[in-house]
Amino acid sequence: MLFYAVRRLLYAIPIGIGVTFIVFSLVHIAPGDPISALLPNEATQEMVEQARREYGLDQPLLVQYATWLGHAARGDLGTSIGSGRPVASEVAGAVGNTVILAISAGLVACILGFLLGIVAGLWRDRPVDHIVSLITISGVSIPHYWLAILLVIVFSVDLNWLPPLGIGPDSSGGWRPDWPHLSHLILPTIATAAIPMAVIARTLRASVVDVLDQDFVTTLRAKGLLPRRVLWHVIRNALPTALAVMGLQLGNMLGGSVLVETVFAWPGTGFLLASAIFQRDLPLLQGTMLVLSMFFVLLNLIVDLVQSWTDPRIRRA
Amino acid sequence: MNIRICTKLMAGLAIAALTATSSLAQGTLRVAMTLADIPLTDGAPDQGTEGVRFSGYTLYDPLISYDLSRSDTAAKLRPALATEWHPLDDDKTKWVFKLRQGVKFHDGSDFNADAVIFNLDRAFNKEFPAYDASFERQLKIYLPSLKSWRKIDDYTVELTTKGPDSLFPYQMPRLLIASPAQYEKLGKNWDAFREHPSGTGPWKMAELVPRQRLELLPNKEYWDPARVPKLDRLVLLPIPEVSARTAALLSGRVDWAESPSPDTVEKLKGAGMTISTNAIPHVWPYTLSELPDSPFADIRVRKALNLAIDREGLVKVLNGLAVPAVGNVSPQSPWFGQPSFKVRYDPDEARKLLAEAGYGPGKPLKIKAMISTSGSGQMYPLLMNEFVQENLREIGVELELEVFEWEALRGRRRVGAQAPENKGITMLNNSYSTNDPYVAVLRYLTPEEIPPKGSNWGSIRDEEIERLAKEIRSEFDPKKQDELVAKIHQRHVDMANFVWVVHDVGSRALSPKVKGHVHAQSWFVDFSPISIQP
Repeated sequence: MLFYAVRRLLYAIPIGIGVTFIVFSLVHIAPGDPISALLPNEATQEMVEQARREYGLDQPLLVQYATWLGHAARGDLGTSIGSGRPVASEVAGAVGNTVILAISAGLVACILGFLLGIVAGLWRDRPVDHIVSLITISGVSIPHYWLAILLVIVFSVDLNWLPPLGIGPDSSGGWRPDWPHLSHLILPTIATAAIPMAVIARTLRASVVDVLDQDFVTTLRAKGLLPRRVLWHVIRNALPTALAVMGLQLGNMLGGSVLVETVFAWPGTGFLLASAIFQRDLPLLQGTMLVLSMFFVLLNLIVDLVQSWTDPRIRRA
Repeated sequence: MNIRICTKLMAGLAIAALTATSSLAQGTLRVAMTLADIPLTDGAPDQGTEGVRFSGYTLYDPLISYDLSRSDTAAKLRPALATEWHPLDDDKTKWVFKLRQGVKFHDGSDFNADAVIFNLDRAFNKEFPAYDASFERQLKIYLPSLKSWRKIDDYTVELTTKGPDSLFPYQMPRLLIASPAQYEKLGKNWDAFREHPSGTGPWKMAELVPRQRLELLPNKEYWDPARVPKLDRLVLLPIPEVSARTAALLSGRVDWAESPSPDTVEKLKGAGMTISTNAIPHVWPYTLSELPDSPFADIRVRKALNLAIDREGLVKVLNGLAVPAVGNVSPQSPWFGQPSFKVRYDPDEARKLLAEAGYGPGKPLKIKAMISTSGSGQMYPLLMNEFVQENLREIGVELELEVFEWEALRGRRRVGAQAPENKGITMLNNSYSTNDPYVAVLRYLTPEEIPPKGSNWGSIRDEEIERLAKEIRSEFDPKKQDELVAKIHQRHVDMANFVWVVHDVGSRALSPKVKGHVHAQSWFVDFSPISIQP
């Protein structure tokens, strides 16, 4: 088990480096000059070239990449050329905000998805199943940024029940789990949770249906077990698939959603990434992508380890 | 607990709640900016004029600023931290600035000549311990004439220009003066200074949360008593997404939203919001290549395109969020002059001119324009360019739009029409600021401005303009200066060097609670007279 974990951890390193190289190249292949975004609109070509030399961006791409990776390995992600703040602290702050949203949306998605999936599976082809299908198909089909805008129009603009954007009221210091902050969390949570909730519900419904058709359920029923007890067995057997899907969805949410965070001006990693792209803030973009990709690599690693722990067949493969 | 105590407690709570709400509501203005991040707060704001509007002229003062107290005329220069300035009689390259006495920075230290010299060294002296590359980057383009500087006494400085430059005062408003004492106190660190800035401006910083908000408090000791802010607090929020800004205003989350989109105007007005607009120093034109292989080397083609555009129609499409442009500046400006070529909508005349130039149904004129998807000052480029494309089709011109991302377009602009990568492209749709005579006309029209050195994208050469441009640099009488600028602009319109379309109107949507807002004809806003009606 330990050997397996170490081997998987070592695999993560080349994957991470590969991802950063792709990110680095993509940013440089994209049209537009990262330096130009830094300078006032009226800047001339001469000034751009001077600034490019100052930032070392006239060096060959591979040299730039090696320099950057060297610094990153020492924990120095550089300084945002837009804001002049250290990238590491910018990313850390944004990750914190995204985690708040991901946990909240994850809870909603898992609980609702779980309940809807079980209900639909148990009452297959009955009206309740059709209603759940309608909800889940809408959930996976409606673009979440569109849903986000719609939620704002209905609940903030028309009904004026909930704040339309931001992470909390002004002058409020850091995030706290009080009502003013939680009220800001509700709409982004719904927009973020819609798709994962639907995916979880559909997966769970399929698994429940699958398990219900199996012989052991017939046997349990024939033994005269109470329906409540039969249900318990069904859920336990349907759960592993659902858990894997939940893990993946949670992983997605932790990466932050560029679109939802932009609509709600939620200052998480998605928002950070979007502004880094528009400002062509190379160090910030590279730093954020590096942290996010490492995050995914780590999450995959954990999922693999958990799976191999529960299912020894994977470990031997 | 008996009922009386209970009632008293409830009443007390209710009063506390009421006072809490009213103290929050009284005099806090919350503004939705279009930016994705708070502009730099160290006296060298990034992110263009919007950056200067919100974290420049709020926290800091320049030596010379703009008069933003009127909406009926273009904002003029006025004394700020300098009370007067003039070039020496015997050497016009040396400018003497008398500085305002008794002004204090937010940290309590005195403003004086040393502070001015410190900030100039900070920007342009690489040997100076407090040299700040970011400051230089933001400032350099706006102070092209400055050569050297020295202190004469505690309240007098002398700035030297590279050659005689009568327009030098126009370059000064971007030089904001930050506190040297605060820099020292913070361990000589500009990053720390951005967290704890200190200027002389009418607002002091209360809180900065990166990418979330900037909160400012009034500087009650501001040196100009007339401009001490009335508000209790000014909160600036970066909300780049236009529908989010609109929703924020409609739901009462903010009181002021910058740049609402044309399709939200009706909805906002219906909800009782004011859409405030005014002609601001901005022009949205097409810059034309006048290189020998360009169809625009022929003035008849340039004029034809100017006559083909239905500007009123376009303004209608934009729901009034623009005004037609018939030159770089508006006809009310002292710099407009009296061009004999009247820019207007006259497709018949346009067709006639094209026919004279040798184009017609058998030989249509085909041109390619570079445009952007969005960008600072670019307004609604896709919609507007498609409108123009239709207009040109009506006179038999096939306009092909080559769409670039904003930064990519800026790159193509800076290298000029003659650069190999711009081959075949003869029109550039890039909007310009027209704040002062240099950026309003001079920088696009003279040979020394041909890229990579400057901004004459289309390689425009005109002997009359060159002669006038030289003349203006040595004309120190402001009135005569205006006349010369007007002559240059008149020639520019008569030569139809650009295709003029519209001016931006600096639109902002305001809640009815916002009182005292003056929409100056400027990129900038004075927040001092503004109050919030509870």
